[in-house]
Amino acid sequence: MVEIKNNMAGAITKKDLNAAFRRSCITQAAWNYERMHGLGFCYEMIPAIKRIYPAGPERAAALKRHNEFMNSNPYMEAPILGVTIAMEEKRAQGAPIDDAAIDGVKVGMMGPLAGVGDPIFWGTLRPVLAAFGASLAATKSIMGPIIFFVAWNVIRLGFRYWGVHFGYQQGTNIVNNLKGNLLQKLTEGASILGLFIMGVLVPRWTTMKFPMVVSRVTTNGKTTVTTLNDIFNELLPGLMPLLLTFLVMWLLKRKVNAIWIIFGLFIVGILGYGIGLFGI
Amino acid sequence: MNAFQAILVLIVAFIAGCGSVLDEAQFHRPLVACTLIGLVLGHLSTGLVLGSSLELIALGWMNVGAAMAPDAALASVISAVMVINSGLSVKEGIAIAIPLAVAGQVLTILVRTITAFFEHQADKFAENDNPRGIEFLQLTGLVLQGLRIAIPTALVLLVSPKVVQQGLEAVPKVITNGLAVAGGFIVVVGYAMVINMMATRYLMPFFFLGFLLAAVSQLNLIALGLMGLCIAIVYIQLAPKYHNGGHGGSDKAGKTEDLDDELEKELDDF
Repeated sequence: MVEIKNNMAGAITKKDLNAAFRRSCITQAAWNYERMHGLGFCYEMIPAIKRIYPAGPERAAALKRHNEFMNSNPYMEAPILGVTIAMEEKRAQGAPIDDAAIDGVKVGMMGPLAGVGDPIFWGTLRPVLAAFGASLAATKSIMGPIIFFVAWNVIRLGFRYWGVHFGYQQGTNIVNNLKGNLLQKLTEGASILGLFIMGVLVPRWTTMKFPMVVSRVTTNGKTTVTTLNDIFNELLPGLMPLLLTFLVMWLLKRKVNAIWIIFGLFIVGILGYGIGLFGI
Repeated sequence: MNAFQAILVLIVAFIAGCGSVLDEAQFHRPLVACTLIGLVLGHLSTGLVLGSSLELIALGWMNVGAAMAPDAALASVISAVMVINSGLSVKEGIAIAIPLAVAGQVLTILVRTITAFFEHQADKFAENDNPRGIEFLQLTGLVLQGLRIAIPTALVLLVSPKVVQQGLEAVPKVITNGLAVAGGFIVVVGYAMVINMMATRYLMPFFFLGFLLAAVSQLNLIALGLMGLCIAIVYIQLAPKYHNGGHGGSDKAGKTEDLDDELEKELDDF
């Protein structure tokens, strides 16, 4: 069976990787509150999926598998994309990689790589180039915007192109060198890393502020104001985002549609801000 | 301004709207968008000066992690059109850019909620093995984001700047701020889906470990990621089921999994 499968599964070509690179340039087009870059990631995977699987139920399953939650720095998603393509290819050629391994690798990489990419691209490179461009533009020089635009895009496209190819190479190397129960270990290790990272992201990437004043104590002319925020932080920082995450997980398990949860949270946000519970 | 120029302005607005969500080529940044509006309206130097000032204000507007920045696209395009076309001073243009950035953010929140429906349609396309459909949804999402800037720009071209200012003031603060507040925590929906998908009960301690380390320490994401990696490696090295030297080690692991399944079943029933 594996032999036959081997013949049916197409090998990824350089052309496919270049197609993935081109598509990765609009990864955030359908950014949404449910799965963020989920649809975009699936869109990027399509050329590779088409190459690997013939039309049919296997291809449908692959499409479904990659239309899941995804969020990272958009440029750092390029190496993740390369690794994922390599794993899909080897899986189709018979390597016993299961869904959990691919999900785990994706989720395990997206947080830390965002932690690398965000400060480099958004925090450093763009402000430096933009401030330089703006200083030239202030003297009415057209070179300001041109330098900013060209320099940024050369770096961005270069990194993206390199990232997809590098990720694919590394992913292939890793999978090829796996023997015995190493794959099972990789799967479990990836799940552990993925869950660990989700635990990290809950307090770090969620913003909930409770500026409501609970008590105002004046001693010796000094006023100490205690807000709800202070109380929650004394209990455990990030506790509220964690509880909210559990609530949403529970609702999802009850088959409540994610879109209704999103609408519900918008209403909670507006009402909560209205009564002064939440703050910006 | 003639009809040809108006069309060019709308094209620039559309591209800036796409750029704002993509955050790739940076067509949405004031330095680029204001310059382009100045170029097509024949007032390049005004566009450059306004773009330069706005760019410096917007230097810190960035999409870090799951947070969303104020919308530079609507701010740049409309304030540039109003400065060049309606006789506002550059200073007034900068003043109006800030509420425009907030209005743009509200509009993008709206579109990014609509595209959540696309995910469900994409699931259906995926089930029917229809990659074309998924591609169509992705590109439609981009078009919506372009129209998000192009349509308000068209309205501004048709009405006087006073109406725009009044319109911006008419949106109650409780709505705009409330949406921004919700935007801060709505991201947990995505996390919850991933956790539900990946979590087996015996691995959940790793989730809590990550949570605790991130909540109480100042370690950055890279350090936390490497710690997670070390923890995963140590677990794999120590887990009894990988030690086939054999005193029923794998049996034990099998039992844990059985127990885990049972627990999950019970919880689901509950």
